[in-house]
Amino acid sequence: MVEPAVDLTHGHAHDDHADHGPQGWLKYLWSTDHKVIAMQYLFTGIFMALIGGFMAYVFRMQLAFPGMPVPGFGIVSPGEYNALVTNHGTIMIFWVAMPVLLAAFGNFLIPLMVGADDMVFPKINRLSFQVFFVSTIVILASLVVEGGGFAGAWTAYPPLSADSTYNLTPLGSTLWVIGVGLEFVAFLLGGINFITTLMNSRAPGMRAFDVPIVVWMIVVASILFMLSVGPLLAGAIMLIFDQTIGTGFYNPATGGDPILWQHLFWFFGHPEVYVVLLPAMGVVIEIITTFARKKLFAYRTVIFTIVATGVLSFFVWAHHQFIAGIDPRMANIFTVTTLLISVPIAELCFIYIATLYGGSITLSTPMLWALAFVAEFLIGGVTGIFLGAAGADIYFHDTYFVLAHFHYTFFPIAIIGTFAALTYWFPKMFGKLLDERLGKWHFWLTIIPFNMIFIPLFVLGMGGQHRRIYNYTHFPELAGDGFQSMRIIATLSLLVMLGAQFIFLYNCIKTARSKRKAPRNPWKANSLEWTTESPPPHGNWHPDRMPVVYRGPYEYSVPGREDDYWPQNEPK
Amino acid sequence: MRPIATTRAATGTETGKLAVWWVLASEVVIFGGLLASYVMFRLGHPEWADAAAVTNTYIGAFNTWVLLTSSLTAVLAHQAAERGDGKKAARFLYMTIFGAAVFLGVKTYEWWYEISHGYTITSNGFWAFYYTAAGLHAFHVIAGAVIMAFVARDAARGRELHRVELIGIYWHFVDIVWIFLFPLLYIAK
Repeated sequence: MVEPAVDLTHGHAHDDHADHGPQGWLKYLWSTDHKVIAMQYLFTGIFMALIGGFMAYVFRMQLAFPGMPVPGFGIVSPGEYNALVTNHGTIMIFWVAMPVLLAAFGNFLIPLMVGADDMVFPKINRLSFQVFFVSTIVILASLVVEGGGFAGAWTAYPPLSADSTYNLTPLGSTLWVIGVGLEFVAFLLGGINFITTLMNSRAPGMRAFDVPIVVWMIVVASILFMLSVGPLLAGAIMLIFDQTIGTGFYNPATGGDPILWQHLFWFFGHPEVYVVLLPAMGVVIEIITTFARKKLFAYRTVIFTIVATGVLSFFVWAHHQFIAGIDPRMANIFTVTTLLISVPIAELCFIYIATLYGGSITLSTPMLWALAFVAEFLIGGVTGIFLGAAGADIYFHDTYFVLAHFHYTFFPIAIIGTFAALTYWFPKMFGKLLDERLGKWHFWLTIIPFNMIFIPLFVLGMGGQHRRIYNYTHFPELAGDGFQSMRIIATLSLLVMLGAQFIFLYNCIKTARSKRKAPRNPWKANSLEWTTESPPPHGNWHPDRMPVVYRGPYEYSVPGREDDYWPQNEPK
Repeated sequence: MRPIATTRAATGTETGKLAVWWVLASEVVIFGGLLASYVMFRLGHPEWADAAAVTNTYIGAFNTWVLLTSSLTAVLAHQAAERGDGKKAARFLYMTIFGAAVFLGVKTYEWWYEISHGYTITSNGFWAFYYTAAGLHAFHVIAGAVIMAFVARDAARGRELHRVELIGIYWHFVDIVWIFLFPLLYIAK
């Protein structure tokens, strides 16, 4: 907390890059600035997304062209296939969705949007990333140690995960648990910062209902994470003990129970869906109101709705265990709660539509991503109703239908939501405006292949195809009926989609090299981050000119005003 | 220079105190998950009572008394810090750390006794939970005592006196966890 003093006094007007100027990369690595930490999370997340995407490429190639060597990988053995599937899931959720949506955008947006110069605990914030960085190394190391990476699915059900005589990856599976556990600790540290920053560091005049929804969403997500991850941390300790010193928490032979892990895992695992969903939904709200030039429909209802979602999300976990031998009466209760939770989420979708209704809509790239999020997530939500009902789930369980369903929720969250946020805040983060034409190419070449990957998988799942099979051609009845050609369509679409990401990369490089600087407020939006320079200097605003807030963030097209927007910090 | 954000208090409560309460909320669910698992298992395994009978309730009761007393000195430290008497606050904090040391010493003796009689973490489900839960708690005692040593060092020089209360809140939590562990692991036979 000593070094900002220099930057705050003279860095403001002259130097946009006050915090990563001449001090060298080591200084950059050790920064406590929330924007630098956000970038660290963002780039680590993007790097891990490349690894997770590569894994998807390898195992999809194996499914479409079984036994053929995969370019860039070679022949996929059954063990490797399982390890790839397991770590694809683990990495995409814990090392991509969470660091990017929650940590990167949480870190970047919360202080800027509440009008503070930094997080309340900058050093804990830095520690959070450092722990996360170690966890990243641990999970990557787990892939290359002797015996290979953990291959017992990202849910890590015992006894497969607990006993190395079954999983054959004594080191890989223990490192996997340690990596995930460290990652949880990192987000607990970050989450405490997020929550207390919103609670205590709001700009003068900013009341609870003047806070932009995305900040509310990230903070509610942090609270959900904090209240759900504890039992799984305890469960992870038990799992490590089972793996390494031979206790029997999950082993029926010594009085344990493997179902205990399922309860602990899903007690966290289901709120976790909302932990990553809520920030994405908040991002979409910011974008939709800006590009429809309309006030958000029912601000307070949104807040109450997400709190209701959060509370309900703690009472749905056993819908993952309908065939795990739980009492059918319990299954009924969890069916009801699961169907109930679709009510608040549907409500949010209606709020999006009501906000769009009658607005003067600009179909810019961020807006396209935001609208795609609503449309695609809707498919994920509706197919979730099938799986939430115990009767249907017993048939669909562990089929490609489940897989397609949760990719229709997680892909909109982690990829569409991220690109929406990235294209929207890119000018603020990097001070340059992305190319719209390339952005639209990238958008369409991501969205269309995405649907072409997962719609065939719905059909495969309804045909009863089980998820965890290495080579379907070993089973003649699973390879016939055009099933194999659907797998090939899905894989080819994946190749197109992965290739389309190079358009985005090219767009970023082109933008970075261009000389055109972004203005402070390119989208004419209201919230506070647009009132400072792009990118914001260290400390965000000059310490003597910290913003003061007069109204909520969604005052667009107010009758009687000349401008169609009304920044939060303008007195009149 | 402190960031502006750190010195603001829109809720009227000091930021550090808010943060400690949120830390405790996350800790409550960690221990809550572990103890709920234990209780569910214990209800399904009446025979674990035989293993529980081995634990020494008197030693456990003594340790409970030690920990409660250390919480008393933590409160007295807070009281001294409120009056601005950093030296006295530090003295009470050192007494709390001494209580933690006694607690851990007694714990070590207990574990040594039990392990040397063949009751190890792999013996059965009860012992697995016994060592895991008490070990996790002991880890919190150690962490709390180490942080307290830093707070006491600062307090003795009259610096950061508000932290005396924060570490006190944490210490009460460590205490309360033990209040749950003691009946569950020692008294319930």
